[in-house]
Amino acid sequence: MNKFGYTISRDNQIDYDKVDRSMAAFIEKNEPTFRICIQCGSCAASCSAANFTRFSFRKLCLLIRRGLTDDVQKEVSKCMLCGKCRLVCPRGVNTRNIILNVHQALHKTTVYEL
Amino acid sequence: MKLEGKKRIWSEYQKEIADDHYYYARSCIRQNFFPASETIFLRIMQQELGKDIKDDARHTTCTGIAYHSDLVPFDTTMTVVARLFSLMTEAGYENYAPSCITSFGLYSEILETWEHHPEIEARVREHLWKSTRREFKKPKNLAHASDIVYKFRHRIAEKGKYRLVNHKTGEPLKVVEHIGCHYSRMFPHKGVGGAEYPYVLVGMIEAWGGEVVDYPERRHCCGFGFRQYLVKSNRGYSISSSRKKFESMEPFKPDMIITNCPGCPYFLDRWQYAISEMEGKTYGENGNGIPVLTYEETAGLVMGYDPWDLGFQMHQVSVEPLLDKIGVPYDPYAKYLGVNGKFIGTPEHPEVLKVY
Amino acid sequence: MKNVIVIGGGVAGMESSAQLADMGYQVTLVEKESKLGGHVDQWDFLFPNHRPAREIIDSLKQRLNYKVEVKLGTEVESMQRNNGQYAVKLNSTEVLHADALLLASGFDLFPAQKKEEYGYGIYNHVITAADLEEIFRSGNLRKVVSGNTHRIGIVHCVGSRDEKVGNEYCSKVCCVTGVKQAIRLREALPEYEVFNFYMDLRMFGRYFEDLYREAQEKWGVQFVRGRVSEASEDVKGNVVVKVEDTLAGRPMKISLDLLILLTGFIPSKGTSRLGDLLQLEFGSDRFLKPADEHLLRNHSKLEGVFLAGACTGPRSIAETITDARAAVLEIAAFFRDKVTVHE
Repeated sequence: MNKFGYTISRDNQIDYDKVDRSMAAFIEKNEPTFRICIQCGSCAASCSAANFTRFSFRKLCLLIRRGLTDDVQKEVSKCMLCGKCRLVCPRGVNTRNIILNVHQALHKTTVYEL
Repeated sequence: MKLEGKKRIWSEYQKEIADDHYYYARSCIRQNFFPASETIFLRIMQQELGKDIKDDARHTTCTGIAYHSDLVPFDTTMTVVARLFSLMTEAGYENYAPSCITSFGLYSEILETWEHHPEIEARVREHLWKSTRREFKKPKNLAHASDIVYKFRHRIAEKGKYRLVNHKTGEPLKVVEHIGCHYSRMFPHKGVGGAEYPYVLVGMIEAWGGEVVDYPERRHCCGFGFRQYLVKSNRGYSISSSRKKFESMEPFKPDMIITNCPGCPYFLDRWQYAISEMEGKTYGENGNGIPVLTYEETAGLVMGYDPWDLGFQMHQVSVEPLLDKIGVPYDPYAKYLGVNGKFIGTPEHPEVLKVY
Repeated sequence: MKNVIVIGGGVAGMESSAQLADMGYQVTLVEKESKLGGHVDQWDFLFPNHRPAREIIDSLKQRLNYKVEVKLGTEVESMQRNNGQYAVKLNSTEVLHADALLLASGFDLFPAQKKEEYGYGIYNHVITAADLEEIFRSGNLRKVVSGNTHRIGIVHCVGSRDEKVGNEYCSKVCCVTGVKQAIRLREALPEYEVFNFYMDLRMFGRYFEDLYREAQEKWGVQFVRGRVSEASEDVKGNVVVKVEDTLAGRPMKISLDLLILLTGFIPSKGTSRLGDLLQLEFGSDRFLKPADEHLLRNHSKLEGVFLAGACTGPRSIAETITDARAAVLEIAAFFRDKVTVHE
């Protein structure tokens, strides 16, 4: 409430005690390579979408893993599923399947299955 | 929590605190925020402990607030501080005792600068001479007023009438201590107990019978941050910092908060009101706030001084529930009578926070 | 017969003593503690293959049998060079004479309480990696976790790569130790999440990268890139840590049942003292400085004084054993050729 001409700031700190890790668990179960990302960023570097938007597949995976899923819907829609990320990933992460699972998880969230 | 571990650290950070003959430097803002604190300090020092302490009307700001708000350059600050040291020298004192934490930090910073850069000290001496024809000696001992109260905490306890104990249950009160950022973060060895686990207020709380609460956001800044409060549009950042601390200490159910900085008690006290108005949330029991006291007010409380002489009527969070716990008698009708017995008016009641 | 005094009864000292004895030299091994084995004797299982540390120590001990004179509970008080020999005075007042000295005085673990902000010795559930090994060995792991949060954190680089404590170097083996311990914790406590808080993961050794992958793939260990800035205790006694998740670009707060500090290497008291007694040179990291960092890694600047193991810097067990053998070859060459330190 802005009663005095200023408001209380939203906390930028990730409070791991309060985050929701259900999406991460869902993706991990369906696509085990989700676990082995080493955050090298070669996916984002080669990403067609990342060249024109702030989309980063690396960061998307990390934020899901940390349970920060508020912006996932907006972010994941930027992926064009071209598959270049999968080609360059040094750990063999199945990036396309992760994207598909993110969509599924989002759907399950809207119908209260997750 | 293992107390031995803290004791080991405390033993590594002991500082020299002069025993007598102090030149007292008041704070710019404390006389408005918590107006009795400095008076109580002088009363305890002079009347209870028989110490020689000089309260000098000629001294000015150290420029700390303006310096930390980027309004006054360091050279100007050093020259103003040099003048303050010259007043001390002129008055025949060697032990400098500032009331303000920011001043204390700034004096420490300046003395350290001069230690490593004698040419800067020489330049400042020249500036002072050119502008005022004054000269000075550097203080032999620099101790914050809370260091001095810490030094005499046991004597205060011996002479005192009350303890930080719930008089009905006999249980020690749970006390949160909050240290001003500029006390020991820049120079851990210049603060009693160091920077991570400062002992200066803990020592007082222990000596006066309370139990210290160590909560996760203990080290977090109160949020004052100078610019962050002074610019209105930044105040959300300031209040959020205090709020983070309240949220973190709340599960420990503290009975009171003690501070040793001019800004911290002000913000920890006033923001409880602002948060209650903005979010409907209070942090004490039954819609009360958590009373926030300066260490001088706490010392005065222990000594048994009249609560209204301690300036508690100027607190936003009512202190009465704390007085009731300790068993300190007070006259509710005298709360808003000024020093001359004249009625000074009562403040408006807030919508959420309970006041008495 | 030439004789050698080896100072320090850890892996480096035991291995070099056995090798020197095998080569026919008369060897005295001096150890200040009441038993052999050094730090490794405190360890439970080793990286990268989860082998019991006991096996290494037992095997080294066996090879010492009857060939090496071992003096336990013994410290060197002074060393004098006379006519190409070293007279070594022990705290037992005994004086030994040797044709060569081998310093294998190793490292100490960084005292974790020096990182005051992590609260070791203050907060009940903050322990070191060495403490955890002891807990593994005692089988009491379940007793030290409260089950409040079902989370355990491991902090990398405690006392390493840290100008604040005066140690700017990397301690090398902590990264892989953290990964190894994370796996062991997940094995023992499957319902717990385990977090590694690291600045860089330096998986330098053979199979170390595989271990890292196994930690992620098989055990779901979480890696958070960021240095823990402080720990505290909440009302339930859980450890609360603050760290920046630098890859997310946001500060993070997390409550844990247990926080494990991967304390790094510092030169042991013995290493510093022996170096001072012999007026040897020290590197900027305060470990002993070899005569040449590439070519004479086991030579000190003094003729007849050799160096082996972690007294010249952090090392794994395998590297220490290799280093000990290299020192033995240098000593043999010294006896054979009477070659002094190469310039």
